Amino acid sequence: MTALDFTLERNPFGRLVLTLADGTRHEGVTPVRAFPVAAPLEGVSLVATDGHEAAWVPRLGDVSGPTRDLIEQELASREFVPHIQRLVSVTSFSTPSTWQIETDRGLTQFVLKGEEDIRRLEGRRKLMIASEEGIHFLVPDVHALDKASRKLLERFL
Amino acid sequence: MQQHQNPVKSLEAGLQERLQTELSPAENVLATFPVDLNASLHFAQGQVALTERRLLACMPAGQASSGSTPWQSWALDGVLVLRQSDHGGVGTIELHDAHQRLAVWRYTLRAHEKAQQLLQAFERQSEAIRTGQQPLRDELDGSEDDEDFGSTDGQAKPSTWVLLRLWRFAHPYRFQLLLGFVLTLAATAATLVPPYLTIPLMDDILIPFQNGQKIENRLVYMYLGGLLLAALAAWGLNWARTYVLALVSERIGADLRTTTYEHLLKLSLDYFGSKRTGDLMARIGSETDRINVFLSLHALDFATDVLMIVMTSAILFSINPWLALVTLVPLPFIAWMIHVVRDKLRTGFEKIDRVWSEVTNVLADTIPGIRVVKAFAQEKREAERFRAANQHNLEVNDKLNRIWSLFTPTVSLLTEIGLLVVWAFGIWLVSRGQITVGVLTAFIAYIGRFYTRLDSMSRIVSVTQKAAAGAKRIFDILDHVSNVPEPAQPVAITHPQGRIEMRNIGFRYGSRTVIRDLNLDIRPGEMIGLVGHSGSGKSTLVNLISRFYDVTDGAIRVDGTDIRRFAVADYRRHIGLVLQEPFLFFGTIAENIAYGRPEATRDEIVAAARAAHAHDFILRLPQGYDSLVGERGQGLSGGERQRISIARALLIDPRILILDEATSAVDTETEKEIQKALDNLVLGRTTIAIAHRLSTLRKADRLVVMDRGRVVEVDPHDELMEKKGAYWRLYEAQVRRVDAQDLEDMGLVPAVAAPHSEHPAGQA
Repeated sequence: MTALDFTLERNPFGRLVLTLADGTRHEGVTPVRAFPVAAPLEGVSLVATDGHEAAWVPRLGDVSGPTRDLIEQELASREFVPHIQRLVSVTSFSTPSTWQIETDRGLTQFVLKGEEDIRRLEGRRKLMIASEEGIHFLVPDVHALDKASRKLLERFL
Repeated sequence: MQQHQNPVKSLEAGLQERLQTELSPAENVLATFPVDLNASLHFAQGQVALTERRLLACMPAGQASSGSTPWQSWALDGVLVLRQSDHGGVGTIELHDAHQRLAVWRYTLRAHEKAQQLLQAFERQSEAIRTGQQPLRDELDGSEDDEDFGSTDGQAKPSTWVLLRLWRFAHPYRFQLLLGFVLTLAATAATLVPPYLTIPLMDDILIPFQNGQKIENRLVYMYLGGLLLAALAAWGLNWARTYVLALVSERIGADLRTTTYEHLLKLSLDYFGSKRTGDLMARIGSETDRINVFLSLHALDFATDVLMIVMTSAILFSINPWLALVTLVPLPFIAWMIHVVRDKLRTGFEKIDRVWSEVTNVLADTIPGIRVVKAFAQEKREAERFRAANQHNLEVNDKLNRIWSLFTPTVSLLTEIGLLVVWAFGIWLVSRGQITVGVLTAFIAYIGRFYTRLDSMSRIVSVTQKAAAGAKRIFDILDHVSNVPEPAQPVAITHPQGRIEMRNIGFRYGSRTVIRDLNLDIRPGEMIGLVGHSGSGKSTLVNLISRFYDVTDGAIRVDGTDIRRFAVADYRRHIGLVLQEPFLFFGTIAENIAYGRPEATRDEIVAAARAAHAHDFILRLPQGYDSLVGERGQGLSGGERQRISIARALLIDPRILILDEATSAVDTETEKEIQKALDNLVLGRTTIAIAHRLSTLRKADRLVVMDRGRVVEVDPHDELMEKKGAYWRLYEAQVRRVDAQDLEDMGLVPAVAAPHSEHPAGQA
């Protein structure tokens, strides 16, 4: 476990306040994962409001206690990647196409602008789908979807 | 703009109703905005509403219940502030008072526009309360032309019908098509004569002969003559029909290709940004060709086959209805089989297409980057990548071929069985004396052709699906509406002065806000230097001014007119663009200089090259202005290519000039050469120059310092230096970095008044 050379707290405005070892204070830092897809638990940067990195956490797994909770809370409120659990329907097999989907965050729909917005990860099993509105949806494992959803999805792969 | 499904809509309406009950009688709703995410970032429905006195909010409840928490409200007191931010497609609005955060709402960017409106209304209202004035209502940016933003609806359309849309391209050739159809009819009829003649040949000649009668020569000649004539007629007619229709289909294919390409060129830059070159090339090249082959060969054959089946059935029924019925029995089976396999094949072929473009994409990625590949010795890995793509292609093909290979033999089997049935039933009928041997032979001859046609007809399934898949991919391009739409009634732009006003402009790229709330006025003839860190939105701003993209909020006006009201090409004619990486097309240097004005005279070309300081080095080339330059201008140095592109911009004599890091790719020595060329170019034009090296901007009237999509400072160099703000920091940082030679250069900057004279440096 590495000792962190900073402290982190939340102020009444809901902002994260970072105090570095040398006493510098940064208000409103935002945690950003460096490898959100490939290695979400490695490399979290605390970015100050001026857009520069204020502190670097090499491994989130090594951090514990309230600091980690704060970082994770903040990440959770910023990271919005609904996992697709089921495809209910698609309006057309040519793009743009509106998809009705069931996600781990409830029912919703989105517009798929083009087939190239479906990004294949980890040897085609995992899919990252970018919607027209800029939301990223994740299909953690194509094979885990039910047959009807897979069939619909196949038409776009 | 949002597309809500009905249940959602009704939910929203419900909220609307409940909001009404919350309000006191004299209260009016100024703005509302749907909150579609709850605190735990689940999709839900809630609402924030602004009235003259209060901010009301109904937070979306947890995912399970559709009911929401009771309304909360905060009285506007001038102290409350709303802060808005977005990240990764999720927007956040926070309500703060002086001491703490009171509430947070999150929403997907679908609701972005509404959120923006609410925010603006809130600002106005708070301002009014602070100053104690009545707010100016109803100034809700009514001028904003919403019609410009065409929403892209995902309309449903069945896949095979997409081929019918090709009619748009066939329409100009309808008369030739009609002629082809008539010829087809005649040719098919001619081919049906010979089997018919087998009846008399059998019954009147061969069978009587076997029974001991003499052969009548006259009859034999007549029938054989008939056979020959029919064959000749069929030959001639078939030739004419194939020729006429192939001619037409080739033209349809060519039209399709050109139209698609023309449309593609009109699409905005972000379309090209999101598509891969290999894929686009495959679509316009091979897909159109596939459709072409389909039209000229397969569709034609199929039409003939259908005609033949119809005519044959008619003949068969006229000879003997019962036998005809038996003959036609396998037909529905085959039709059914075709129908079953159709779906599987279609999806399979679409998939193969996509995989195929994956294969070409690897090529299109690697070949232009071959220097990098070789430099890093990654040939093996690239080969491996290609192999993997090919492997995937194989797998997908294998899967499809399993179904496909079963298909054809099954059709053949059915054919054989069909023949068997006809033989059996025919022999039985002959034995009962109901038909003659001649009739049976004719039937066998007919259905022999008939079934072979069915076999080839079954192939139409796959080629149709292939062509439909291709057509779909073509129409994907054709249906794509440019993000930079042409106005319905464009305003003419003839002699612009070059005054540019930017009003509250914002731009989002995907979920990333690149430019926010930017205001800037540029006088005609003024030179503006855009500076800032990379990623601060300089290039984006320039792209917005060139209308490569359209602003998401606000408006850019040139001479007081929104640039979205000009016809795109008309407007761009007045913009000269010099980029960091000059692109030279394959052709002569003269052609490259005259790219924006092909009708320019040689004198004009030379004058432009002179002004761009390119004349001398061009003359040093073996063929002067007629020297060929390659795809990326091989054979010319970066500075030389840049000066050609400056000459290109000079020749069109634009009112607005954009220099996007025009000198950053070259060394300082070359930069000075280019700088001299640029000085000529800038004269008397509204110029917007982006430069990393601040020394390049010594002549700028004002410098605009940008940071994260906002303008932070605007002033001439000297004043900015006095302010010791962002520009000063940038400048200091750069001075510290530069080497001795550059330092000399930089040292001159503030004192600059007269151009050109200060190049004492450079004598190494």
